[in-house]
Amino acid sequence: MKEIQFLFSGFGGQGILFAGKFLAYKALVEGKQLSWLPSYGPEMRGGTASCSVIIGDDPVGSPIVSHPDVLVAMNLPSLDRFESAVVPGGTIFLDSTLIGRKVNRTDVNVVAVPATKLANENGFPTLANMILVGKILAELGQFTETGVDGALAKVISAKHADMLEVNKKALKLGADYKGE
Amino acid sequence: MADKVLMKGNEAIAEAAIIAGCRHYFGYPITPQTEIAAYMAKRMPKIGGTFLQAESELAAISMVYGVSSCGYRVMTSSSSPGISLKSEGLSYLAGADLPALVVNVQRGGPGLGGIQPSQSDYFQATRGGGHGDYHMIVLAPASVQEMAELTVKGFELADKYRMTSMILADGTMGQMMEPVALDLKVNPAPEKPWATTGTKLSRKHNIVNSLSLVPEELESQNFARFERYKTVEENETMYEEYMTEDAEIIIAAFGIAARVSKNAINAARREGIKVGLIRPITLWPFPKAPFARAAKTAKAMISVELSMGQMIEDVKLASECRVPVTLCNRAGGMIPSPEQVLEAIRAAAKNGGNK
Repeated sequence: MKEIQFLFSGFGGQGILFAGKFLAYKALVEGKQLSWLPSYGPEMRGGTASCSVIIGDDPVGSPIVSHPDVLVAMNLPSLDRFESAVVPGGTIFLDSTLIGRKVNRTDVNVVAVPATKLANENGFPTLANMILVGKILAELGQFTETGVDGALAKVISAKHADMLEVNKKALKLGADYKGE
Repeated sequence: MADKVLMKGNEAIAEAAIIAGCRHYFGYPITPQTEIAAYMAKRMPKIGGTFLQAESELAAISMVYGVSSCGYRVMTSSSSPGISLKSEGLSYLAGADLPALVVNVQRGGPGLGGIQPSQSDYFQATRGGGHGDYHMIVLAPASVQEMAELTVKGFELADKYRMTSMILADGTMGQMMEPVALDLKVNPAPEKPWATTGTKLSRKHNIVNSLSLVPEELESQNFARFERYKTVEENETMYEEYMTEDAEIIIAAFGIAARVSKNAINAARREGIKVGLIRPITLWPFPKAPFARAAKTAKAMISVELSMGQMIEDVKLASECRVPVTLCNRAGGMIPSPEQVLEAIRAAAKNGGNK
């Protein structure tokens, strides 16, 4: 598998770090090489949060993603800030409930998912992040039951085991989303 | 090999310390290393160890001094401004020849500075930090796996040479998660006949002290200490070489700067530029030999650092100024990009070593 560099970005509280962590654990379960690097600045105490995830077959060089293959933008400031950084031919996944504008770039793929709206409608308002991740996995052809189950079991602590099913539901909802 | 787990670098240090037999941790919270203290707070009480959040950094390092005097493996951790506060204690540990592990997860300075990654405590670490003639063994991990392995190594070297070992990491190394295998091999602590464990009326008192008012005696202690340092330099130097066999340009970088540099080297190789990396793993003792060797064949060297240029002085010394050494750097919490390093490589290739 060619190395993929992900950049997740959004407001603190949207589960940006968690979404990245889920992908990282999925890579771990599947025996891939990976790195996960959060923003840990003042921004994590409110405002924007972001995290870099790199997954591939070879050992990861720099863990810092400055030119993502995949940008996940969960709010407008994130799209404004990182749109120009995406590599040509890369993909931007965005939460179209919260981002009113179109992507300006014409040399990237855009996958718009009304993740926050879907999350609210389905009774798990805090899982817009996982809806987007589900869509990413589907688009990359990496949505596997074993990978998803294995990663969820690791990323969700035993104390919160009741959250397993609903997270999986959100992932599936995203994966099955076919556009507005 | 054991199953790998996903951990932050800070957590890997804490778990590896426990695996190495450390049961005493004293610290004071500071970003970006607080996870070490948090991990110890959670784990130590469960395994009969001691976690203590001291009232200050000075108190924490003094507690380390006390526990080390009793012969136990002991550690503290902090980030740049906190290490400055601990520096008095580092000097006292050296003066009393006490083993200890001290972790510095560096952030931008000087002063309180910022909380983003930095390598600008290189001078402080490799020259000792506090007052007086002394060294610490300084270990520079470049992955979460190395955060764990060098922690174990740090305890072992500290015991072996009765010195402080310092893990010199940075904010990215502390905060990033990578898979790590924790089946670490540990040499148990050696006998410590000097420890103050009670005479049981069967031996003379052991005295651990750094005060020595007779200059002749203090001088001979210094001489003896530096004899020991010589042995460390001869036996314990560690480094990694990456694509140096045919390299005309040598990059010197440690920690996160080495990771960034590898990306740049791979890109430059695709352009046909013969460039390689020497990554010091021990910053003290500094790996002079590979640089001296490379200076005979390379045309230029580049020191890539998250500072205003500190290690570059050791690179110049080790290469005996036979080739031009340039600096490629960011400071204050910024990190050089692979593109910036690639530009520096291209410039060095174009100049062919002529400055």
